Amino acid sequence: MELLAFGKTGWGDELFYATLMTIAVSITAMFVGFFFALIFTPLKLSKFKSLNLIGNFYTTVIRGVPELLVIYLFFFGGSGAIMYVASIFGYFEYIEINAFITGSVAIGIISGAYSTEVFRGAIQSIDKGQFEAAKVLGINKFTQFYKIILPQMLRLAIPNLSNVWQITLKDTSLISVTGLVEIMRQSYIAAGSTRDPLFFYCFAAILYLMLTYISMKIINRLEIKYSRGY
Amino acid sequence: MDFDLMFTSFPKLLGATVVTLKLLSASLFFGLIIGLLFAILRLNKNILINKFAYGYSYLFRGTPLLVQIFIIYFGLGQIEYLRSTFLWVILKEPYWCAIIAFTLNTGAYTSEILRSAFQTIKPGIIEAGKSLGISNKIIFYKIQIPIAIRQSLPAYGNEIILMMKGTSLASTVTLMDLTGVAKYIISTTFKPIEVFIVAGGIYLFMTFIIHNVIKFLEKKYSFNS
Repeated sequence: MELLAFGKTGWGDELFYATLMTIAVSITAMFVGFFFALIFTPLKLSKFKSLNLIGNFYTTVIRGVPELLVIYLFFFGGSGAIMYVASIFGYFEYIEINAFITGSVAIGIISGAYSTEVFRGAIQSIDKGQFEAAKVLGINKFTQFYKIILPQMLRLAIPNLSNVWQITLKDTSLISVTGLVEIMRQSYIAAGSTRDPLFFYCFAAILYLMLTYISMKIINRLEIKYSRGY
Repeated sequence: MDFDLMFTSFPKLLGATVVTLKLLSASLFFGLIIGLLFAILRLNKNILINKFAYGYSYLFRGTPLLVQIFIIYFGLGQIEYLRSTFLWVILKEPYWCAIIAFTLNTGAYTSEILRSAFQTIKPGIIEAGKSLGISNKIIFYKIQIPIAIRQSLPAYGNEIILMMKGTSLASTVTLMDLTGVAKYIISTTFKPIEVFIVAGGIYLFMTFIIHNVIKFLEKKYSFNS
């Protein structure tokens, strides 16, 4: 147990901060994912074939390629791409992107592909009559989406979004390869310096189980809240 | 764009794809057996057995695959006792460690898929079998299993694709699979985009084939035809 002590003698505080880092990366990645879903869901639902193609390309590629490969692309290619863009504007210094941003964006793009599919499914399963009724009543597009479609959509989307959240949470373990100190990386460091990998990796597993368990409980509450009246 | 690199790295990556496919097929094969076993345990009326099977699937679905591989590869070697048994012959090889981790992981997901497939079988079908005087064993093998396989095909197809993506984690325990070789080429040439296109293309091609095979099987075994 002394291995988990807080302070200088144990790894307790390090692992605690690493857990916070995992949560922070997961939440950031989830929001980055929502941002991408916001762009690509309308593309996938669009009437134009070419826009559909772009949306399908995004979700197919991301869901068909391993997460680790996407992370390597961002890890090795991220700063190169930013520097290339900067060089167009006449800035030639070396730019290093922080591991947190690279990680969240990489995981966010992955989670965005799953979120896009969830939102697409949710919107498509709303009765057509709802759109038509809103149109007939002369409600403008924004209010129609915000007040009529979104509340109904959320009810359908939350159970699936909870799956996306679980996937995202578990995917954050992969960005340990980029050196960001989250649960997995911290356990790796601790295991290396104490030569007790079994204990630390099992502890990491317990931390992940705890995170998935707590988030399940919270999501269940949200689900109840958004399915009032059904 | 460095097309030369894309051409020269393609054969290397294709060679590594063989490793990926070996890992995938071995873990799917063993995973299906474990998944079926635990699905049957989940349907058992004994609460203890039921809880045990649930605990297994919860444990492996609630933790990242990376943690599972690391526990098996780095962690188990620490137990002195294991080193003296014949198991050590298997556990010292990263290849087998990866297969064990993937098997247990996909087994957990497969057991959930099969369980829900068994549960969606209409009781009327089983009752019909019983009223015809068919024994419970034959009802299970000849009626429940074929229907469950048909029911679980779409979900199992997704699981195969997820597992194929999961095999990329083998590269973290020094195995040179498709992702491992891709990472090696990226880190020696610093041309991530070209390598990503080639390696990602190979992965997408495999996804495409799996997707279509499952679609074909679904059609073949659908109830209507």
